[in-house]
Amino acid sequence: MLEIKNLVVNIEDKRILNGLSLTVNDGEVAAIMGPNGSGKSTLSYVIAGKEDYEVLDGEILLDGENVLEMEADARAAAGIFLAFQYPLEIPGVGTMTFLKAAMNAQRKTRGEDELTTPDFMRQVYAAADKLEINKDMLKRALNVGFSGGEKKRMEILQMALLSPRFCVLDETDSGLDIDALRIVSEGVNALRAQNRSFLVITHYQRLLNHIVPDTVHVMAQGRVVKSGGKELALELEASGYAEYRSNEAA
Amino acid sequence: MADVTTLRTAAETGLSKLFEVQRLKLPGAAIAREEAFRYFEAAGLPHRRVEAFKYTDLRAAVREAAPPAEAPDAETARNAVKAARGFAGIEAARLTFVNGHLVAALSDLAGLPEGLEVVPFAQAMSEGHPLLDHLAPVEQTRENPIYQLNAAFMADGVVIQVAPGAKVERALHLRFVGTGNAPFSTATRVLVVAGDEAEVTILESHEGPDGIAYQPNDVLDVVIGDRARVLHSRLNIEGDAAIALSTISARLGAGSHIETVNVVTGAVLSRHQLYLHFAGDDATATVNGAAMIRDGQLADSTLLADHAAVGGISREQFKTVIDGDATGVFQGKIIVRQIAQKTDGKMKSDCLLLTDEGQMMNKPELEIFADDVACGHGATCGALDEDLLFYLMARGLPRAQAESLLVQAFLGEAIEAVSHEDAREAMIAEIEAWLARRG
Repeated sequence: MLEIKNLVVNIEDKRILNGLSLTVNDGEVAAIMGPNGSGKSTLSYVIAGKEDYEVLDGEILLDGENVLEMEADARAAAGIFLAFQYPLEIPGVGTMTFLKAAMNAQRKTRGEDELTTPDFMRQVYAAADKLEINKDMLKRALNVGFSGGEKKRMEILQMALLSPRFCVLDETDSGLDIDALRIVSEGVNALRAQNRSFLVITHYQRLLNHIVPDTVHVMAQGRVVKSGGKELALELEASGYAEYRSNEAA
Repeated sequence: MADVTTLRTAAETGLSKLFEVQRLKLPGAAIAREEAFRYFEAAGLPHRRVEAFKYTDLRAAVREAAPPAEAPDAETARNAVKAARGFAGIEAARLTFVNGHLVAALSDLAGLPEGLEVVPFAQAMSEGHPLLDHLAPVEQTRENPIYQLNAAFMADGVVIQVAPGAKVERALHLRFVGTGNAPFSTATRVLVVAGDEAEVTILESHEGPDGIAYQPNDVLDVVIGDRARVLHSRLNIEGDAAIALSTISARLGAGSHIETVNVVTGAVLSRHQLYLHFAGDDATATVNGAAMIRDGQLADSTLLADHAAVGGISREQFKTVIDGDATGVFQGKIIVRQIAQKTDGKMKSDCLLLTDEGQMMNKPELEIFADDVACGHGATCGALDEDLLFYLMARGLPRAQAESLLVQAFLGEAIEAVSHEDAREAMIAEIEAWLARRG
């Protein structure tokens, strides 16, 4: 379970999150929607542990433990995974080298044995196959020369291999065509489990047709202003964010 | 007369004294040595007011002239080589030099691959071997005090002839190992003459004791026949107090190719000089360097690519990683003579500063007299990308490991060019070892 309590975050003296509270239960898929500039991406980075943000108040508890005290790598080992809106290209770092380093680093932090090469290869090929990632992509440098869709599939592959407890998907639908959206969504749905929860950040209801949420939260002005079931996403699709924008103006 | 003496440093005076003793002992005609030393003596140890040595002040760095190392006894040589790690374990024919002297007992002189002929340098000098006419294949080296100092003192080395058309698959490893408890100097000369359409791979490793201010000055002269290929990988893992000077001077025949990649982690001060003379049309060169230095170290790569024929292609890529208070230097000059139309030269120096204390000096120069050429140069300097670090850390890599991975990736670009797979792996292992020492 992830609990965010009264989170207040600045970036360069500008208030981005302003007393945000949110609870995502085990096995739950929570969607966060909201207009541009409402602080959605900031929330994802703060959960994952990016350093540029100044957390002034509040807590983020993963199963009761405050992750704000941890470095990004410790949070990852504790089970937090962020699927980036714009996955970074890392020239010179082979995809397989990276995957192995990441999997083993987390295992090491958790006090588990490193994977053997055959075990690692088996896991990667099996997971890659489901996401229609071919071996050629795995041979290339991480995300270098990948299309937008390929990068997002690579994020989901990492998610599958690292088996996190809590996944944040930051606008995973951006830059995806219909087929890629289907593959990525199927990949995410296959990972839904009793002991794993998701925070799906999106502008559009479209993604939520594929990854059907249990709860939907509207974010504006740095906090959650409305919560509901999956029907809330449909309402927003029809009415737009105008109501919340006027709140912002007020 | 008195004025002249006062200007000379202790090291310069010491070198003159050493030369007086050595000139009669060293093999070959003394006259050429005399000429070389007179040049050096007139120029002196280069200092920062000499443009080519602006960032690498040898006059300040070389306080004393270290005596030339004697040939080691058999046991000393064996012990020194036992601990040597440069390109160790790689399948290759080995020629071993301990303190600058060829040790026949630790060399595969009898089991050389077909197409290779090797003559010990001292022997070649004494005999007046005809191949020695190929020494100093690039004119500009005559005005280089480091090169001329080597020419004055060169005591040992090898002359390597690759038969025309011979494709020598087995690499030749020139293993230079220093040993001793007090400062010493070495001056080795290796001459490679590759016949037309020949192909040869040469690996060079240089290492020695930590804490001893020894002074190696190594020269590799390479004459590459038409359509011949010379693939060269070099490892500077010298001891941490060494002042290591080295020069490669290569003359490229028509349609020939040279690949030379130098990896540096060793020496308190190193200067690696590259002189390439494109003598025949359509010759190509890949010249890369990867230096990793930390507190107090200075690593200088100085390059001159002289395009004197049509259609030459040169690619130079130098990468420097600086940790703590160290200094990197890259000086690169591409000359395109009027005759050298259709030359394509690209030179790049990238530096990664891991802390705020390091500094990198880049001095790229283009001197172009032909009108139909494509030449360019670039230099970058920066810190590790925080966004990339975050991406890796968000996947569970601790900061140090994420940094290491990015440093490896940065240097990897320069090392990817190495054709010899085992040599490339050995270079990567040196990078990993350097990063591991960083902790």
